Amino acid sequence: MSYLIDGKTGKWELVMGLEVHAQIKSNSKLFSTASTYWGAKPNSQVELVDSGMPGALPVINEYCVDQAIKTGLSLNAKINKKSIFDRKNYFYPDLPQGYQISQFEHPIVGSGFLVIETENGQKSIGITRIHLEQDAGKSIHDQDDKSSFIDLNRSGCALMEIVSEPDLNSPEEAAQYVKKLRAILKCIGSCDGNMERGNLRADVNVSVRKPGEKLGTRCEIKNVNSIKFIQQAIEYESKRQVELIENGENVNQETRLFDPNSGETRSMRGKEESHDYRYFPDPDLPPLMINDDRIEKIKNQLPELPDEKKKRFKEEYKLKDYDAEILVEDQFVSSFFEELVEKRDSKIVVSWVTVELFSYLKKKDIQLQDSEIKSKKIGDLLDLIIDGSISNRQAKEIFEEYIETDLEASDFIKKKGIKQVSDKSEIEALIKSVLQKNVEMVDDYKRGKEKLFGFFVGQVMKESKGKANPQLVNQVLKDLLSK
Amino acid sequence: MKDLKNLDISTAKDYLLKKEVSSLELTNFFIERIEESKLNCFITHTFDDAIEKAKESDKKISSNEEIGILEGIPIGMKDLFCTKGIRTTAGSKILENFIPFYESTVSKNLLNDGAIILGKTNMDEFAMGSANTTSFFGNVINPLKSNQENNKNLVPGGSSGGSASSVAANLCMAATGSDTGGSIRQPASFCGLVGLKPSYGRCSRFGMIAFASSLDQAGPITKTVKDAAIMLQSMSSYDEKDSTSSRKPIPRYLDFLNFNLKGKKIGLPTEYKVEGLNSEIVEVWEDTINFFKKNGAEIINISLPHTSFALPTYYIIAPAEASANLARYDGVKYGFREKSDDLQDMYECTRAKGFGDEVKRRLMIGTYVLSAGYYDAYYLKALKVRQLISNDFKSAFEKCDLILTPTTPNVAFPIGEKQKDPIEMYLNDVLTVPASLAGLPAISVTGGKNKNNLPIGMQVIGRPFEEISVLAAGKLIEDCRGF
Repeated sequence: MSYLIDGKTGKWELVMGLEVHAQIKSNSKLFSTASTYWGAKPNSQVELVDSGMPGALPVINEYCVDQAIKTGLSLNAKINKKSIFDRKNYFYPDLPQGYQISQFEHPIVGSGFLVIETENGQKSIGITRIHLEQDAGKSIHDQDDKSSFIDLNRSGCALMEIVSEPDLNSPEEAAQYVKKLRAILKCIGSCDGNMERGNLRADVNVSVRKPGEKLGTRCEIKNVNSIKFIQQAIEYESKRQVELIENGENVNQETRLFDPNSGETRSMRGKEESHDYRYFPDPDLPPLMINDDRIEKIKNQLPELPDEKKKRFKEEYKLKDYDAEILVEDQFVSSFFEELVEKRDSKIVVSWVTVELFSYLKKKDIQLQDSEIKSKKIGDLLDLIIDGSISNRQAKEIFEEYIETDLEASDFIKKKGIKQVSDKSEIEALIKSVLQKNVEMVDDYKRGKEKLFGFFVGQVMKESKGKANPQLVNQVLKDLLSK
Repeated sequence: MKDLKNLDISTAKDYLLKKEVSSLELTNFFIERIEESKLNCFITHTFDDAIEKAKESDKKISSNEEIGILEGIPIGMKDLFCTKGIRTTAGSKILENFIPFYESTVSKNLLNDGAIILGKTNMDEFAMGSANTTSFFGNVINPLKSNQENNKNLVPGGSSGGSASSVAANLCMAATGSDTGGSIRQPASFCGLVGLKPSYGRCSRFGMIAFASSLDQAGPITKTVKDAAIMLQSMSSYDEKDSTSSRKPIPRYLDFLNFNLKGKKIGLPTEYKVEGLNSEIVEVWEDTINFFKKNGAEIINISLPHTSFALPTYYIIAPAEASANLARYDGVKYGFREKSDDLQDMYECTRAKGFGDEVKRRLMIGTYVLSAGYYDAYYLKALKVRQLISNDFKSAFEKCDLILTPTTPNVAFPIGEKQKDPIEMYLNDVLTVPASLAGLPAISVTGGKNKNNLPIGMQVIGRPFEEISVLAAGKLIEDCRGF
């Protein structure tokens, strides 16, 4: 079932396109040698171009160009051999040149696509274009009653604006699209994809229509900086538009802002107030020419992309689609998984990574990459489950404590005294004592009441205080009862 | 005592090396002259620095150290070139107190070659003007006077009026200029000097305050053609800080002395016989043609069919680029600020008070021609016509080696004239603008004088990066004119 909004007058379809601004991972800025290091003292990473000094001139950072080419290739897109930098003119205090150097009519990357997973299977989302542009500085309004401050450290940092076709039809699809895009950018190393630091942010174009009818008027929600907020903003905005139309009003084409506190969008500026940016080719920069050799060289250096990796994971490790998808979302996670699965059964590794480890990380609100958890730490615990030293359930119970201890897995379970009983004679003795206490039930079982098997297992586990190896209990119990 | 007043650079260098004159004597000589001068050639004096540098040069010369090609030579620096630690205003109130912390490549090259900078020369505000009457620091007076209107002060031409006037008045030995549509050649012509606009890309634009980036080009204003070659040698360089800077190898410009014009074809564009071209200028043009004939050059008629479109094309492209280039002067970061509690108001008042009328006029024209709905009709069309003008020259240079025209349609006129109608002022550039649009090297050398003893400049235009042949042709005019 596709996503539809229930209105008073029937069902409404949602049509969206996204403009994702991704900060290019690069040590220096798009047109200057200033550092891009995040978190430096305000205005400490500023070159002449970044502060719009008289006589300053931009010089293209070829590494950023390579990053854009790489990104284009990873999105199955056409690389334009000639692209042009334009000036986008507007006044704002954190825009020191009085214009932003961007690309308008001739972007570096042309049309491409990426594939997302939806509840109805795979869906290809068209990429219209990617262009390179300078980021602006940051205005700081909350430090003083009377003055605003400007930090130009971000001014001139390289951005890729990745524009999608209006192919997205639900908040979930939009979320999947951003996740997939982020996974690809992180995998190829062209963007850190850290939405909290603002190095990935999205403008969402939302419109609604009755299924099959022509496209409605769109509103653009600016600068949404988390996947959750993207979904919330879309949900709110699409309902707002449906209500407007159903009440006989019009949707105005405008730019809106999403307020994460209220979960609402509000008007920022209407179409009539929109800027005339007076784009024209920047005379300081010759056209950007890219030859086939350069494209070919970058193509040959591309790492395994998330989709390829997913396909391989499904084949090599017999993973389910969903599991494979979430494992390849993050390059670090997929490598972590591969380290674990190298010598172990994939089934147990998948469930431990995607369930136990992920919920732990979510609880701690931390990325695996930043967590200092090593694959050996998890692997040691899994080995104890596999060799029967502890049960899966025991392992789950102690998992959080184990992760936070410095002790080796075997030492830790020894200390906790939770070693699993896997000695066959010990288990036989336990079972025999349970069976002796329940002679009538043993008779019932032998007469065909096989459901009682579970009861016996439960009694044995209870008797052992949960330490008995469940597989062994099953096996020995079966033997003894069949005698 | 040597005659220091009428020295050219090569003679002065000779004196310096023979230790007949010291750089300090030379520098003090010009400082005194500047202090006595009432022509308003300089916006800022740098006498203390100059004296220090002159002493260093003398030390180098006396200890037989390696010296630069301009060692100990006092020059003027157009106030468009950013000079480290020295106020740089571009002739504007908006930069009245701006002190750069960086050095333009052109001034750095000259300093590295031993030149002594006496001060920053006056100029039309942001190089917009043809009479040096738009400077915030007052108009510059031409040292030359007409025989007839004896006491009337004449304009020195513009925008490099301070540079031209200071060289003509022997306040310095040479000066830098910048030429966007004629700003070196026209004042050189009005002041009886040599003005050389090199090929676009020959001198770095880094640190040169931008007017129209695709046209701006630095060059020298000198007393002789040989001095122009020496100055250009120092000023030109490939600069990785300027993306439009040329990587073409730089020849030894003094080799022009061995360049033989015999058998070379000199083209006379029929379209340059423009309406309003002064008959005395036509006479000097004819005399000059004869100089070339006598020296074995072949004279041919050529056609540059799109010449009449050059001026309107220029007055669309240059203001368009300027409207973006001057957006950075917004009162936020440096320079003049009109205080206000409201941001928009601060912008408007700062720019209203900080810029003069001519600058404002051009910014409005530039903003207009780039606006939505007008871009195609004006800016885009102008770009196309510019290409046609370029093509005109390309085909002309298949038939001839050099093009000979007058530099200006008129001689120097009294201050205050041509002020009512901006178009009348713009017509001063009608003969110089085409070579600017095509990025070609062009020189202006005095070919003769009118009956009032005012100089008439002849312009020689060459193929891209063929400054040597242009210099050789200039030298021929200089040698033949008889004064």
